[in-house]
Amino acid sequence: MNLKPETFSKIDQLIPRYPEKRSAVLPLLHLIQEERGWISNEAIEWVADKLELQPINVYEVVTFYPMFKQKPGGRYAIKVCRTLSCALGGAYKTCKSFQEALGCEVDGTSEDALASIEFVECHANCGKAPVVMIDEQMYEGVDENAARKLVEAMRAGEIKPARED
Amino acid sequence: MAVEETRIIFKHIDRQGYTNGIDCYERHGGYAELKKAVGMEPDAICAEVMESGVRGRGGAGFPAGMKWKFLDRKSGKPIYLVCNADESEPGTFKDRQIIYKDPHQLIEGMMITAFAIRAKLAFIYIRGEFFEGARILERAIEEARAKNYLGDNILGSGYSCDIIVHRGAGAYICGEETGLIESLEGKRPYPRIKPPYFPAALGLYQCPTIVNNVETLCNVKHIVNMSGKVFAEIGTPGNTGTRIWCVSGHVRKPGYYEFPCAALTLGELIYDICGGLLPGRSLKAVIPGGSSSKILRADERFKGKLRDGTEFDWGINDIPMDFDSLSAVGSMSGSGGVIVMDDTTDIVEALANINYFYAHESCGQCTPCREGVQWMKKVTYRMCNGAAREEDVELLRSIAGQIEGRTICAFGEAASWPVQSFLAKFNDEFVAKAKAQAARNASGEAVETTLI
Ligand SMILES: Cc1cc2nc3c(=O)[nH]c(=O)nc-3n(C[C@H](O)[C@H](O)[C@H](O)COP(=O)(O)O)c2cc1C
Ligand code: SF4
Ligand code: FES
Repeated sequence: MNLKPETFSKIDQLIPRYPEKRSAVLPLLHLIQEERGWISNEAIEWVADKLELQPINVYEVVTFYPMFKQKPGGRYAIKVCRTLSCALGGAYKTCKSFQEALGCEVDGTSEDALASIEFVECHANCGKAPVVMIDEQMYEGVDENAARKLVEAMRAGEIKPARED
Repeated sequence: MAVEETRIIFKHIDRQGYTNGIDCYERHGGYAELKKAVGMEPDAICAEVMESGVRGRGGAGFPAGMKWKFLDRKSGKPIYLVCNADESEPGTFKDRQIIYKDPHQLIEGMMITAFAIRAKLAFIYIRGEFFEGARILERAIEEARAKNYLGDNILGSGYSCDIIVHRGAGAYICGEETGLIESLEGKRPYPRIKPPYFPAALGLYQCPTIVNNVETLCNVKHIVNMSGKVFAEIGTPGNTGTRIWCVSGHVRKPGYYEFPCAALTLGELIYDICGGLLPGRSLKAVIPGGSSSKILRADERFKGKLRDGTEFDWGINDIPMDFDSLSAVGSMSGSGGVIVMDDTTDIVEALANINYFYAHESCGQCTPCREGVQWMKKVTYRMCNGAAREEDVELLRSIAGQIEGRTICAFGEAASWPVQSFLAKFNDEFVAKAKAQAARNASGEAVETTLI
């Protein structure tokens, strides 16, 4: 498993904090995904080995939790909240606007691999509907126009991607 | 005169110049209650919390003092404290404010609680999407450690406890306390069956565990400050303290507003506090306690008897905002997420939107829930833009009725209550929609939807 030295040292500090090693599955997967962008089979086997588990124990976790990705996405990950309060505020229109600006569907990635779009459920910011996350950054009150502008900003490299690769 | 907010939990939040660092917190009197608490007997703190009557702010409204009393102390196993910071009930956005803007208030409330219940270790289970929130908490914990408010031998009391920030990864069911515990153990968050798996007896690692919501734990600090007795004087008997109402949807000023329980009515909240509806619109319905709570129709009359025997006859605007009044009208205050819908809302689409959520979030353990919520999603979806049938309304009612009460966790109810209440209150709209849909289907005309 190829990770930055500081990630390895974070992992080694983190595991002994838990009364049981297995509890470190989610934090380890987060650290790996934050560095690599997604969770490969190699990563699953590595985490299992590290925590003295069977690969299936890690695999079933990766496949359950929506935040873990099993394939690489675009340079940016656009997550549009579609739950009721955001929908009442126009989230579906916002999403359409992203789709048109990028020429791809929900759960898809634009041809130039600039960004992937997905729907997510309530992000606990319903008073600022519609909300959108781009990687780790939250954007509030994103209407159709704001969505188009965000795509332009991504194209122009004005938004810092979560990972440089 | 509009009612004024009484901010206890949100006292400093959004105030000019207030930051989330420890210096600012201490300048505003922070950690005074922890200092006071470590000089008290742990049981005396538990007694204050019991006397305060504070009820859980995560959804179920169970009295915190009572929950702590159920802790199994005889087993000799270590006790764990878990803060539920998963905040994922649609319409709820209060815990986020505390975590991002006043993290030390939560840490202080947790350390007092941990001391009172004699926890060996504490966790904050925070939803994975709060990337920055988790970093803020980590930093705040290190600041608190440097000042000996947590860690070894806290303030010379001989008591030691640490807090681990544990991030979820996008699954709503991790908010259910036993699902949360499974997740914290590194597994799929499949809720456990109660009995026997009441966390206070068999929780994390099969040890006695207290799970409380962020806002509940913050309240503990204020109970220590003012005493359980004084806290209990805020609000009404059985509905003590303040509540933070998160208002979203079709109001002019959505946001979070803190009031003593029963200090204002739903009408005052919508019209006086949130500036009312957009020009020319009228109220259609309100979901008062997160999307799992039953919907209230704007022109309903609510009649019945309160627990203390007083009779009531309320319109939607007259309902006092507290635990008991909202359950008396057949809904619940839940997580405090008030979703307002005006007359432009297509109610069938709104339910289709909610059903999509539950279908996405069912953990899949119980057949009635796994199959039923998917089916309800499918039916409401086709009522909006597919091949609906006239009998679909009855079908929905029957599916919802077969989920409720037949599942491992309360998600089954959370998913069927919206369907049952939407149908009970807006039956005509559902029937009309199914009919129109069936006719439209025959003509092949396309339809535009906005909520699904
Ligand atoms: C499906 C489901 C989702 C829940 N989600 C949350 C949540 O996001 N946050 C929360 O604090 N409680 C949530 N709860 C309630 C918890 O199970 C538990 O009752 C609560 O954390 C206890 O804390 P309290 O007594 O302080 O409210 C949820 C319950 C269910 C059934
Ligand atoms: S009711 Fe639904 S969410 Fe709860 S345990 Fe059963 S399948 Fe899972
Ligand atoms: S519905 Fe979108 S943040 Fe809650």
